[in-house]
Amino acid sequence: MALHWNLIAPTLNVITVPLPAKAVVRELLSVTTMLATKSKKSLSRPGVKNIVLVEGVRTPFLLSGTTYVSSLLHEGLLNKTALPKDAVDYIIYGTVIQEVKTSNIAREAALGAGFSDKTPSHTVTMACISSNQAMTTGVGLIASGQCDTIVAGGVEFMSDVPIRHSRKMRKTMLSLNKAKTLGQRLSLIGGIRMAHLAPELPAVAEFSTAETMGHSADRLAAAFGVTRLEQDEFALRSHTLAKKAQDAGLLEDVISFKVPGRDIVSKDNGIRPSSMEQLAKLKAAFVKPHGTVTAANSSFLTDGASAVLIMSEEKALAMGYKPKAYLRDFVYVSQDPKDQLLLGPAYGTPKVLQRAGLTMADIDVFEFHEAFAGQIMANLKAMDSDWFAQTYMGRTSKVGAPPMEKFNLWGGSLSLGHPFGATGCRLVTTVAHRLRKEGGQYGLVAACAAGGQVSRDHAVCPSTGTVLMHCLIAEVHRAAVAQVVKEDD
Amino acid sequence: MAGVRALGVLSRIASRRYPALTGSSSRTFSVASTMMARTHVNYEVKGDVAVIRMNDPNSKVNTLSVQMQREMSEVMEEVWANTAVGSAVLISSKPGCFIAGADINMIQACTNTEEVTRLSQEGQKMFEKIEKSPKPIVAAINGSCLGGGLEFAISCQYRIATKSKKTVLGTPEVMLGLLPGAGGTQRLPKMVGIPSAFDMMLTGRNIRADKAKKMGLVHQLVDPLGPGLKGPEERTIEYLEEVAIEFARGIVAKKIPLTKEKGTMQKLQDYVMSYPVVRNQIYKTVTGKVMKQSKGLYPAPLKIIDSVKAGLEQGPDAGYLAESQNFGQLAKTTESEALIGLYQGQVICKKNRFGTPARPVKTLAILGAGLMGAGVAQVTVDKGIHTILKDTTVPGLARGEQQVYKGLNTKTKKRTITTFERDSILSGLTGQLDYSGFEKADMVIEAVFEDINIKHKVLKEVEAVISPHCIFASNTSALPIKDIAAASIRPDKVIGMHYFSPVDKMQLLEIITTEQTSADTTAAAVAVGLKQGKVIIVVGDGPGFYTTRCLGPMLGEAVRVLQEGVGPKKLDQLTTSFGFPVGTATLADEVGIDVAAHVAEDLGKAFGSRFGGGNVEVLKTMVDLGFKGRKSGKGCYVYQEGLKTKEVNRELDDIMDKYKLTPHPSVSSDSDVQYRLVSRFVNEAVLCLQEGILNSPVEGDIGAVFGLGFPPCLGGPFRFVDSFGADKLVQKMRAYEAVYGDHFTPCQLLLDHANDPSKKFHK
Repeated sequence: MALHWNLIAPTLNVITVPLPAKAVVRELLSVTTMLATKSKKSLSRPGVKNIVLVEGVRTPFLLSGTTYVSSLLHEGLLNKTALPKDAVDYIIYGTVIQEVKTSNIAREAALGAGFSDKTPSHTVTMACISSNQAMTTGVGLIASGQCDTIVAGGVEFMSDVPIRHSRKMRKTMLSLNKAKTLGQRLSLIGGIRMAHLAPELPAVAEFSTAETMGHSADRLAAAFGVTRLEQDEFALRSHTLAKKAQDAGLLEDVISFKVPGRDIVSKDNGIRPSSMEQLAKLKAAFVKPHGTVTAANSSFLTDGASAVLIMSEEKALAMGYKPKAYLRDFVYVSQDPKDQLLLGPAYGTPKVLQRAGLTMADIDVFEFHEAFAGQIMANLKAMDSDWFAQTYMGRTSKVGAPPMEKFNLWGGSLSLGHPFGATGCRLVTTVAHRLRKEGGQYGLVAACAAGGQVSRDHAVCPSTGTVLMHCLIAEVHRAAVAQVVKEDD
Repeated sequence: MAGVRALGVLSRIASRRYPALTGSSSRTFSVASTMMARTHVNYEVKGDVAVIRMNDPNSKVNTLSVQMQREMSEVMEEVWANTAVGSAVLISSKPGCFIAGADINMIQACTNTEEVTRLSQEGQKMFEKIEKSPKPIVAAINGSCLGGGLEFAISCQYRIATKSKKTVLGTPEVMLGLLPGAGGTQRLPKMVGIPSAFDMMLTGRNIRADKAKKMGLVHQLVDPLGPGLKGPEERTIEYLEEVAIEFARGIVAKKIPLTKEKGTMQKLQDYVMSYPVVRNQIYKTVTGKVMKQSKGLYPAPLKIIDSVKAGLEQGPDAGYLAESQNFGQLAKTTESEALIGLYQGQVICKKNRFGTPARPVKTLAILGAGLMGAGVAQVTVDKGIHTILKDTTVPGLARGEQQVYKGLNTKTKKRTITTFERDSILSGLTGQLDYSGFEKADMVIEAVFEDINIKHKVLKEVEAVISPHCIFASNTSALPIKDIAAASIRPDKVIGMHYFSPVDKMQLLEIITTEQTSADTTAAAVAVGLKQGKVIIVVGDGPGFYTTRCLGPMLGEAVRVLQEGVGPKKLDQLTTSFGFPVGTATLADEVGIDVAAHVAEDLGKAFGSRFGGGNVEVLKTMVDLGFKGRKSGKGCYVYQEGLKTKEVNRELDDIMDKYKLTPHPSVSSDSDVQYRLVSRFVNEAVLCLQEGILNSPVEGDIGAVFGLGFPPCLGGPFRFVDSFGADKLVQKMRAYEAVYGDHFTPCQLLLDHANDPSKKFHK
C-alpha cells in the first residue's frame, strides 16, 4: 500500500547520503586528547562493540488530515544515494496502526525506495515507542555480530487508519466465501441487518482497561496535583522552543518532501506558539467539565516518518562516515496499565542510569517524549519525590528531576507532533544534534508508550495494551566532538 | 450435595455488600458536648467555600448517629451564619464510605413506635433545612452512600460521586424491614421518577456511580486516581474535594445549572405520570408484585408504597407524616427485628474468630470438576488465588472449566468485569488430570463422589503428593469428617468445608471441625471462605453436621405429607406461604431426590427413629424410576428445556398410592402441616445447640437462613422460637407427638425455654 511507504521512502533515501569523509580518522585522533581533559570518561567498554548513530532524518511532521491526505497516488521515489544499496544489511521499521495489506511495511517501503531486494526487513510494533524498538533491535543485531549496517525507522499515517467492518459483517462475509449453494448465500445475505453495517473504528481505548489515553493522562495529572496552569505553561514552552529551533534552523533532521499535486513540504506544521490567555480559554478535552487536559496541552494526531542509520563504529569509520553519537545503553520497563500507564519515564530513567553507571548530573541533554504536558509534569514530579521512589519503585531515594535548562530545548511531541511510530528516531537524532550543538557528552532519551493519542479535534487511540517505557543513553561521538571543536577554531 | 437455591427476598438480603444501618457501638460521651472539640464533623473554610468533613473516630464507617447528627447541626448553623461562606462541600474523610446509613442502635434504643416516629421526624426536619439551605451544598460522595446517607445526599443541592467500585448508592432499609425514614420516600420519586424510585426502595439494591448518573441521582462523576505523590485513596478524596469546591463556586456564580435538561423520554414519562389514573395503576401493579413475591409476609414494602402514595396524592405534609409514622410502626415489627438480627449475624459470620492463619492460602487445589468443584473454583480464582482444578476425565474437566468460564463471562455481560479481566482471571486457573503441582498447594478441597471409600482413596493419593503444611478439606454434605480423617496420616490438617449449590450464588459456607482439627487449620479454612465472599458458620462434627441434619427431619416430614395425599404443588404453596423462598418439593428436586434418599437413609441410621416419618422407600422408588429431580428432568415435577412453568410429575401418583397413608384429621389442617414441617426443623436445630454442634444461636440462624432458606422474615429457627414462644411451639409438638410419636418429641433445651419464658436465645 502506497500510503505508508511513500512517507518512508524519502527518509530512507536521504539517510544514506554519504558525509564528507576525508581524513575523519586523523581528525579523531587529534581530538582524543582534548576529550580526556574536557569531559567525563567515555562509556566505551573493552570487548563491547561500539555502536554509532551515523545519521538521522525525518519527514516534516504534519497534522493528520492536512497535506499528506493528497499523497494517495504517490509513486515510489527514485533513489539518489551514494551509499551502495547492498551496504545496508537490514531494515527495521516501527509502526502502530497497521494496514493489513502491508503488514510488513518495512519490506514494502524498502523495495519502494529502491533498496536491494536482497536486503531483509521487518516491522516492529510497540505503541509510541515502535521506532525505539526498531533502533534497539538494530543495536542488538549489530552487537551480536549479525549485521554492521542497519536502517531503523518508524512511520505513522493517521490520516488513513484502516476501518474495519463490524465483527458480525466480517463473519457473514467470511461465511459467504464458504457458502456453496445460491440458497446458502442468499440466506446469509438476507441475514444482514443495519447493525452489520456499522463500521468498527480503531479502538478508542486501552484494550486492558477500556480507558482512553487522554482520560488516563488527566487522572495522572490529577494524581500528581499538576495544575492546568502548569500544563499550559509547559505546552507553551514546548511550542515556543520548537518555533525558536525551527527558525534557527536547528531542526536539521527534517528533509523536504514533495507531496504529489501539492507543494513541497519542508517544515513541521503543528508548531503554534500561542499565549497563556489563549490556552486558558480551551475546555477540557477528556474529563468533562473539570479536567485539566486540553487539546492544546496534548500532542496531536500526526503523519510522518523518520529513520536512522545505525552502524558498528568500525564499519562506519571504514566507510568514511562521521558518526554523530554512540548508542550506549537502553532499558524497557513496564507497569500497571491502569494507574501508571504514562509513568514510564519515571521508572525507566533511574534504571538506565544505574545500568550505565551515570547519575542525573552526568546527563547534558534530555529528550523526553511529550505525550501530554500533564504526563510530563507528573513524571517530573514522580522523579523528584522520595515518597514515590520508596513506595512504588523500591528505591531508597528519588532520582531527581532533570533540570529544565537541559530538557527538550528544541520542542517536543507537543509542538512538533507525534506520529506514534516515528517519534523515537526523532528523539534520538535530536539528542545527537543537541549534544553536538551544546557541547555535551551524554544524552538521555525517554519515551512512554501505551496505546495512542489525542488529536486537537478528536481522540483516536490505537490500542495495544502495553505499558512500556524506553530509555536510551547516547554519548556524543568523538567525530562529532571533533567537528565542533574544529568549528570553534 | 445438599444445595438450596434461595431466591427472592433471601437472595436480596444475601447479595448486599454494604450495611444500611450499622450497629457500631458508638461511644457516648458523658461530658457535655459543648465543652469538647467536635470529633465526628469538622469544617474548614477554603476561600468562600466551607468544606465539611465527616469522620467517625470510633468506626470504620460513618453512620448518622446521635453524635454525628448533633455535630452536623452545629456545623451547619455555623456555616449558615458565616457571611464569608457562599457555599459548602460535604465530604467524608473515610476512604470507601460517605455515610453507610443511620445508626441502628439509635432505633433499637427506642422503646415504642412513637419514639421511632419522632426520630424519623427529627431526621426529616434536619434534611429539610439542608434542602432549603440558602447556600448551595455539594455532596462529594466517595464510597458507600446508603440509607440515611443517601437521604442526606439527595437533600443537598448538588451531588458529585467518584467512579470507584466502592461508591454505591442505595436505600437498603427494606432489607431490614424498614423504609427510608428521613424524607427518602418523598424525595426519590421526584428525583428519579416513580418507577425507578420504587425499584430502588423495594429492592434495596446498590446502584453504582455511573448508573446513578444516568438515573439523575448524581450530577457529576469523578475518576478515582492512581498512585501519585500520595496514596491513591487519600489523593482521590483530596481530588474529589478540589473538584467539588470548583463546582460549589460555579453554582454560586450561576455557571453550573442545578437542574439537568430533561430528555424526551423523561418528559414523556413525567407527562404520563401526571395522570392520577396512571399513578393508581402503578401503585396497583407494584403492590401486586410485592404481594406475589413476599406473600404478604413482609410489611415494609407495602408501607413504602403507602408513604410514596401519600406524598404524591395528598401533598408533602401528608407524605412526610405517613413516612415517619410508617417508619415508627415498622421499626417495632418482629419482621424488622428478624431481618436486623440476620444482618447483624451476617456481620458476625464475616469475621474470623480463629485469628490469622500461619500461612495464607495462595494455591488451592480442587478435586473433582463437577458442579460443586467448578463452583468453588469460580469463587476462588477471581480472588487472585491460584486454583488447580483436577478431574479424572477430560470431558469432566472440560465441563468444569466451561462452567467457570461461563460464570465469569456472565459477569462481563453484566459489566462488573471487563473481558480482559475475565481472561486475566482465567489465567489463574489450571485444569489437569494428574497431581502435578500439588506440592505447591496450600489447601486441597475435595468435591468427589459422596462415598467414604472414594474419599479415603483420594485422601491417601493427595497426602502422598502434598507438602506437610497443606490442608485437606472435604466438601461433603453428610459424611462425618472424623470418618474421613480416619484414613489420614495428619488428621490435624483435615477439615470439612460444606459449600452450597450453586456455589457462586449461595452465600453460606459450613465449616466442620473435628476434635483433632488444629486451630490453625480452622483459621485458614475460614480465611479462604471469607476471601471467597462467604458467610461462615463453624460447627462441630457429626452426621449431617448442622445444616443437612436440620433438613433431614423436615424432608422426612415432607415425604409423609406427600404420602398423606398432599400434592407437590400444595406442599410448595404451604411452605412458601410460611416464608420459605423455595417450596419443599421444589427444593427436593433441586437438591436431587437421590441425594435426599441417600442422606435420609444415612441420617436415619445415625439418629434412629427421630428421623423417621415418611417412608424412605418412597424416595428410593423415585430414584429407581429415574426421578432424580431437576438434573434428570423428572422428580416431583417434570422439567422441560425452555419451559418456565413446571408440571407435577403424574407418574408420582402411582408411587404415592402404593405408600399411601391416611391423614389424621386433627393434625392435618394447612397450618398444622406447616408447623409439622417447621417444628421438626426447629427442634433439630435447637438440639444441635444443645449437643454443642452449634457454637451459638446466631450461627444457627445464619446457617438455616442462608444455607437452607429458612424464612428470613422469621430470622432463623432460634429467633423464631424466641418470637413465637417456646411454650407455644412445645404445645404444638406435643399434639403432633400424640399422633406420630417421637418424631415430635421436643428436645431438652427447647423444653427448658418453654418452662422459663425469660429464657431467650437472643437477648
